[in-house]
Amino acid sequence: MDSFESDGLASSTADAVARRSYGKLVAFLAARTRDVGAAEDALSEAFAAALADWPRNGCPSNPEGWLLTVARRKFIDVARGRRRDEIAGEELRAITEGLDAAAADAEIPDQRLALLFACAHPAIDVRIRAPLMLQAVLGLDAAMIASAFLVSPATMGQRLVRAKNTIRHAGIPFRIPEREELPQRLETVLDAIYAAFAEGWVDAAGVDMARRDLAEEAIFLCRLVTELLPSEPEALGLLALMLHAEARRQARRNVDAGYVPLAEQDPAIWNAHMIDEAEALLFRASNLGSIGRYQLEAAIQSAHVYRCRTGRPNWAEVVQLYDALLALSGSPVVAINRALAIAEMDGAGAALDAIQEVAADARLAEYQPYWAARAELLAKTGAHGEARHAYEIAIGLERDASVRRFLQQRQAALAP
Amino acid sequence: MEYLLMLYSEENGWLKMPKAQQEQAMGAYMAYTEALKKAAVLKGSNRLGLSSTATTVRVANGKSEVLNGPFAESKEQLGGYYLIDVPDLDAALSWAARCPGASHGIVEVRPLWGVATGA
Repeated sequence: MDSFESDGLASSTADAVARRSYGKLVAFLAARTRDVGAAEDALSEAFAAALADWPRNGCPSNPEGWLLTVARRKFIDVARGRRRDEIAGEELRAITEGLDAAAADAEIPDQRLALLFACAHPAIDVRIRAPLMLQAVLGLDAAMIASAFLVSPATMGQRLVRAKNTIRHAGIPFRIPEREELPQRLETVLDAIYAAFAEGWVDAAGVDMARRDLAEEAIFLCRLVTELLPSEPEALGLLALMLHAEARRQARRNVDAGYVPLAEQDPAIWNAHMIDEAEALLFRASNLGSIGRYQLEAAIQSAHVYRCRTGRPNWAEVVQLYDALLALSGSPVVAINRALAIAEMDGAGAALDAIQEVAADARLAEYQPYWAARAELLAKTGAHGEARHAYEIAIGLERDASVRRFLQQRQAALAP
Repeated sequence: MEYLLMLYSEENGWLKMPKAQQEQAMGAYMAYTEALKKAAVLKGSNRLGLSSTATTVRVANGKSEVLNGPFAESKEQLGGYYLIDVPDLDAALSWAARCPGASHGIVEVRPLWGVATGA
């Protein structure tokens, strides 16, 4: 094999292992010391060593084990260097032995779930939980995460370091919470995964690689949670919700890259395979007998799919689902979506009355979907002057150029 | 804290745009300005003339030098600005991303002197 080919093979093997094992190795290395930063540093050195060694000596039969052996050595160096003051020689030896013993096992225990729970621990700032997961479990770099979350790379880097310090110094445990606290703690994990997905979803057309990847990574993380905790209905619900949204991504843009709202989408372009999987997950979740936010949201998506595919209006069901969701979350965002469903059933006037209740909520002042919904409803009731103003604000708050164009067309269509 | 959003873009891109598209772009800027006002964060904004209308002046050793054209000859030129007052950089970046200029050019976000420097 010439060196070019073996380089390629080594780096593609390293990529594949990185994808499959990164979080597993970080979780394993950091679980005892709670030093996520040191684990990441050690692992990145191990990957660099692999890229230098594998093309020369061939890919090892157990690449994961190879990486762990190297990373373990580096990790002990890093940990020793970093924590000279705080760590006793005795403790370090215990860590070393623990890692040695574990590395001797053929199978590296999967502690990624424990790592996810640590990243989304209530002691960690809620804004940094999703970025922290993406970095610690998937190995995404701070600059990419910063771009997706619209935060300066320097700030994102600092926040990630601070969060890792909190894990280390506040004694956040690497474990799966006990039965009684599991639902609540799982909620923070799922919320963080959904936050990552939502950031990825901002770029509906999938033009921006970083953002599209983020949606995929969120689905990957949620899949991981459902594999490791197969009987948690909300995890299944979230995965179903994200798959439903992802299944329609292509259909949200026409050939001219224009935005296409749900009602005008062609169901034939939807990813039927993803929808089938989402439906199966939702069915599994409903059999577990505990309803929650994500299952309700997925059920709403499922109802939209049914209506668009069959042409049979099911708005009463949709409103009912939103009622349940609103009772559960009290979120003004849910109230807006509920109002849009009410408009389909009882007309725009009733819907405007429904959003009147949340209109005073300060959180909505800069929330684009509120203004877009308001504009749409006002236009339907014939209040064109007010509608024009609401469209104006919605356009001004929109980040996506195609949605902006779409709203401008709606605004222009209003009678003068 | 006050931040200046500086809008850089290719001037040729604008000049080559069909009229309808220019109008749409203008509309998007007006809506953006309206949203900034509605959120009560706008301190000032303006659009600049083309960089070909720029003149640069420098005085060195008592001698003045006046040149035609902008200071830096780059493809993207400063075309306008928004001065906003928001709680922090995160908020400034979120407004920058909403600026139509971020979709067809680049928006540089800079705190006014005294914000980041503590002066």
